[in-house]
Amino acid sequence: MSILTVKNLTKQFGGLVANSNIDMDVEKGSITAVIGPNGAGKTTFFNMVTGVYQPTSGDILLNGESIVGLKPHQVTRKGIARTFQNIRLFGAITVLENVMVGMHTHLHGGLFSTIFNLPHVRKEEKEARKEAYRLLEYVGLESLFNEEAQNLPYGAQRKLEIARALATQPKVLLLDEPAAGMNPKETSELTKLIYNMREELDLTIILIEHDMKLVMEISEHIVVLDHGEKIAEGTPDEIRNNQKVIEAYLGKGAAATAS
Amino acid sequence: MKNWLSTIQANKRLQAIMIGLYIVVTFLSLYLAQKSVIAFLLLLASLLLLYFTTFSNRIKWLVAGLVMVVLLPFAASQGEAYQSYMEVATLVGIYIAMALGLNIVVGMAGLLDLGFVAFFAIGAYTYGIFATSQANNFMPFGHYPLSGGSFWVFIFIGCLAAALFGILLGIPVLRVKGDYLAIVTLGFGEIIRIIFNNLDKPVNITNGAMGLASVQPPKLFGLDFMYPSQFYYIVLVILLVVIFAVRRLEYSKIGRAWKAVRENEIAAQSMGIHLVRTKLMAFAVGASFSGMMGVVFAAKQTFVDPTSFTLLESITILVMVILGGMGSVPGVILGAALVTILNLQVLTELTNWLNQLSLNGVISIPDALSPAKMQRFIFGAILILFALYRPQGLLPAKNPVFKKEDLTDTSGHPPMNAGVQKEGAQHVHLDS
Repeated sequence: MSILTVKNLTKQFGGLVANSNIDMDVEKGSITAVIGPNGAGKTTFFNMVTGVYQPTSGDILLNGESIVGLKPHQVTRKGIARTFQNIRLFGAITVLENVMVGMHTHLHGGLFSTIFNLPHVRKEEKEARKEAYRLLEYVGLESLFNEEAQNLPYGAQRKLEIARALATQPKVLLLDEPAAGMNPKETSELTKLIYNMREELDLTIILIEHDMKLVMEISEHIVVLDHGEKIAEGTPDEIRNNQKVIEAYLGKGAAATAS
Repeated sequence: MKNWLSTIQANKRLQAIMIGLYIVVTFLSLYLAQKSVIAFLLLLASLLLLYFTTFSNRIKWLVAGLVMVVLLPFAASQGEAYQSYMEVATLVGIYIAMALGLNIVVGMAGLLDLGFVAFFAIGAYTYGIFATSQANNFMPFGHYPLSGGSFWVFIFIGCLAAALFGILLGIPVLRVKGDYLAIVTLGFGEIIRIIFNNLDKPVNITNGAMGLASVQPPKLFGLDFMYPSQFYYIVLVILLVVIFAVRRLEYSKIGRAWKAVRENEIAAQSMGIHLVRTKLMAFAVGASFSGMMGVVFAAKQTFVDPTSFTLLESITILVMVILGGMGSVPGVILGAALVTILNLQVLTELTNWLNQLSLNGVISIPDALSPAKMQRFIFGAILILFALYRPQGLLPAKNPVFKKEDLTDTSGHPPMNAGVQKEGAQHVHLDS
């Protein structure tokens, strides 16, 4: 059963076609990778799915319901969370608070109940703090909960983004280059984390990644974009041997020599 | 020095003796002196000293309450300058509330607002129009001025009116960011002032540049509030409510949403935060504090005219926030107090003193160089120096420090007062 369906998705920035007629079906509970050379339109694709950009044409269906036209915060409430390629944490507040912000869609405290500190707000906040801590434990950052997010090392910041995204209780999690800037040890930890999240949290994961080792190891389905178009999709093995993909990455001449 | 400080910090009894002694000495000197600005300022400074002690928040609030409610008015009441001291203290309170309001907009939500005084003006005119005969010009029913008893209701009306205008300003402003936002809000501030300045025709609503004179004094149980020493208590109560509200909001869901928007709008939105609602709430809450104080200001001055609400006022409030520390509640209180006192007391006293000297022929200072006229110069210098050397302000904003036991505790009965604790021993009472 597919949880996310993309139909004929196109995005133009003026004369530049960033995404053109992309079709895609994401199985519930699967790990899908979107790969492609730099500038292929992968992040644009993510931005459309999460509502940051509105597509020029085409449709995006989450569980059969169109999410085109929704604002990013509405998309998040529907159950799609994401991380960012260029890390976007709330730098000056603590790690724990960063995760708590992710929970806001599930907290109900309003202005007056907050000012009067009503019991349900107090209880809710207390639960939120504990839940945030549990999520930090889950990604392995529990010892840093009182640090300012901007002071964390790079790899930890990437993990914090994941914890924050998990806090929104998503059904679909979009990871934009989660392993960028990580060393091999961190990458292998991350691979395990992604795998565990899918297994334990009943998630569907879509990731953009340049680290082919990670992509081939973890994903069940791979979609390859080049110049805004989908040039191939299939299992890791199919993609590895796909002529068009090799050409896109290495150029036609090199591909001819290799084969 | 460090060593010495940490010894004091570790010893609460020593701290109690020191702060007690300090308060007694400054209290007595203000009590005995007929007129001593220095003693007055030193007694006020006891609050700052109190802030740095390591007592629990409850004790701090109790002592601060004692100083503000009893000691300060009582000690000042003995001298001839009683009303002028209370005038200063009242204005300090008004400015603190406004600076706390602006702090929500600028410091927490990160929306630079250069027209903040507009909300103060709205509060002041709301009361001013209905508490003078002015409202007879356009209101088809009722007869005005309303009695002084309505003042208490108008505190809420002013609060709501300012919040409403905060939302009205917010709606167009949400489309712009950063520098453009600053320009739009600056424009808004000027527009409001100019509207009040010109709304004497076709229907005379604000009486234009003439202003509204003889605003009804507040009345409670047959007692008219006429003097600064009486307004002082009104301001103190409102200020307490404002500080209370700000503290609650600061570390709540709402405060976190504001900070998230400040830190990264796109990420905040992607975490499910409704940008428009969050920003509007910041504008509305910030403005409402100003609106309440505007009502008090109108009643205290008994006169409202557009010249009280110039751009310089907006900038003054912004300077308070930047000087104290953006996003920091204690910092902004300190900043507002320092700037107001500098304006009203220090510069005035310095000018008087220099005038005395030149009268006596000791030195001669040209009028253009008198300190009272250097206000803008001093603000400019403060802004430059702080931007260069201490961008986080005098008392920088602190993040809450969470306690691990409280986060991992799975039992149903957590200890009272557990939760968030700030650096040192200052409890942030999230749970109390």
